Amino acid sequence: MLIVMLIISFGVFMLVSLLPGDAVYAMLGDTISQETYDMVYHELGLDQPLLLRYGNWMLGVLRGDFGTSYQFHMPVVDLLKTRVPITIFLSILATLIAMPLGVLFGVIAAVHRGKKIDTVITLTANACSCLPQFWIGIFLMYIFSVQLGWLPSFGFTWPWENFGQHILELIMPIICLSIDGIAGIARQTRSSMLESIRQDYVRTAWSKGLTERSVIYIHTLKNSMIPIVSLLGVRLSYMVGGSIFVESVFSIPGMGSLLVRAITSKDIPVVQACVLLTAFVTCAAYILTDLLYVLVDPRIKLTQKD
Amino acid sequence: MAKEKNYRYEGISRFFRAMFGRKIVIICTAIVLIIIVLAILAPVIAPYDPAATDYYHMSQKPSMEHLLGTDALGRDVLSRLLYGSQVSLIVGVIAVFVACVIGSLLGMCAAYFGGVVDVVIMRTNEALRCVPAVVLAMALVSVFGGGVRNIAIILGISTVPGYAQMMRAQVLSVVRRDYVTAARLQGNSSIRLLFKHILPNCLSPLIVMMTQQVGSTILSEAGLSFLGVGISVPTASWGTMVSEGKAVLLENPMLGLIPGFCIAVLVISLNTIGDGVRDALDPHLRGEI
Repeated sequence: MLIVMLIISFGVFMLVSLLPGDAVYAMLGDTISQETYDMVYHELGLDQPLLLRYGNWMLGVLRGDFGTSYQFHMPVVDLLKTRVPITIFLSILATLIAMPLGVLFGVIAAVHRGKKIDTVITLTANACSCLPQFWIGIFLMYIFSVQLGWLPSFGFTWPWENFGQHILELIMPIICLSIDGIAGIARQTRSSMLESIRQDYVRTAWSKGLTERSVIYIHTLKNSMIPIVSLLGVRLSYMVGGSIFVESVFSIPGMGSLLVRAITSKDIPVVQACVLLTAFVTCAAYILTDLLYVLVDPRIKLTQKD
Repeated sequence: MAKEKNYRYEGISRFFRAMFGRKIVIICTAIVLIIIVLAILAPVIAPYDPAATDYYHMSQKPSMEHLLGTDALGRDVLSRLLYGSQVSLIVGVIAVFVACVIGSLLGMCAAYFGGVVDVVIMRTNEALRCVPAVVLAMALVSVFGGGVRNIAIILGISTVPGYAQMMRAQVLSVVRRDYVTAARLQGNSSIRLLFKHILPNCLSPLIVMMTQQVGSTILSEAGLSFLGVGISVPTASWGTMVSEGKAVLLENPMLGLIPGFCIAVLVISLNTIGDGVRDALDPHLRGEI
């Protein structure tokens, strides 16, 4: 993982060098004098060799210094401090909601395989994973904010500031963000359940005379959870990506909306910081997945001991 | 020779029979074909210029003159929809093509040459996978800029890791087979071995992956355009239209909802076709979903 993070950070650092045009002009505009240009050029360290610049930049990043935003002329860290927690909060909450619901629907579909309820769940899940997230958001907004006037159409409040407001403002973004995950997890659970429902140990469980609930939820589901858990990290990374759209639709001041603004104005330090942070979150999620894996599948631990 | 041709023909006809065995696949193929025809014919059948603004007819409701109404700048929505389908399809196809070529080349090299090549390619691959595809695409857009050609290439690059990983696994499973060893003993070069003997035996998962990726690529393009970092403004793109429609959700909700609906229909149809192709090429998975 450390190597992976190093490669990512080098790639992210190279973004600046790949940029057509000059970073100094991008920062200060075209109308600066030669002296200012030289001064800033030196200040940014652009006269040093590439690897040295990378080293310096990396040291800064490790100390929490992502440089100065071209657009807002303030440290990137200060910009991100209030925004990143919102994005991470949304992604984790949506994952936590999508997980049990998706598993539940998947189990229902698998148990009633071939019946009407299975068809309904499978078709809905297939359709939901094809719908553009931003469009779901606008659709919800049209129904619940414009037509019915029940929910506010934009904004974000932390729960400790105003709990009622927080819940109201969060309903639509979270539905919008988790629908895709619910659909995906439901599909996965269904096919994984169908796989393990055929196994011998399930037949043994039935013939021992165990109740239906115990056979399905303990013997089958526990074994079908392994592939689902293994994709949890990927899920979380999707959620972070999806959160960009949701933030943009519902005007939530998170990292995503900052990233969009930074890209339209070519504010590279902000882009670098955002990419690095999302990669870091995803890496953390992957590591967490590996740990969870051992919990769900004790065989992994045993083979390692042997 | 004639006999071999016959076999090949039989294989193709069996493939089509298996693929179109389900009604839903036929319907979805028809929908996609209709959209493709409409996109090709857009310059002929579109009633207006998609970029022409008309300040006398702004934000109109559907009428005989403008079948789906006009947007906030007086542009005809139907014409923009027709031209938007061109953008979606072109981006989808080019991106998948770029991803497939780069990804499978990398995957093949990694598996065939092994050692340092494998480590370098797969580590980089892993690193790319850690960045969500949307964020990666956005970062690349910030450097190279938007536009149809750039977006297609960027979306292609951001989906390369999946292809590389899949191809690597495929080639690894084939490369130790006897016929590859036999071909090598005949004195074939590495390149000939890779493209003549290994690649054809890895094709079917590649085709499955490509058909399944077209839909999601179109979805990503629409997403980027919606965020305003994709197709630049005067060009009609379904994603941009949704985002323009969002601004006037109160007055004219259809403006945002119709293009989104088009995206959904196109993507659902493409994905169903993808599932059909997978079922036809890979009998193990048939009937699982």
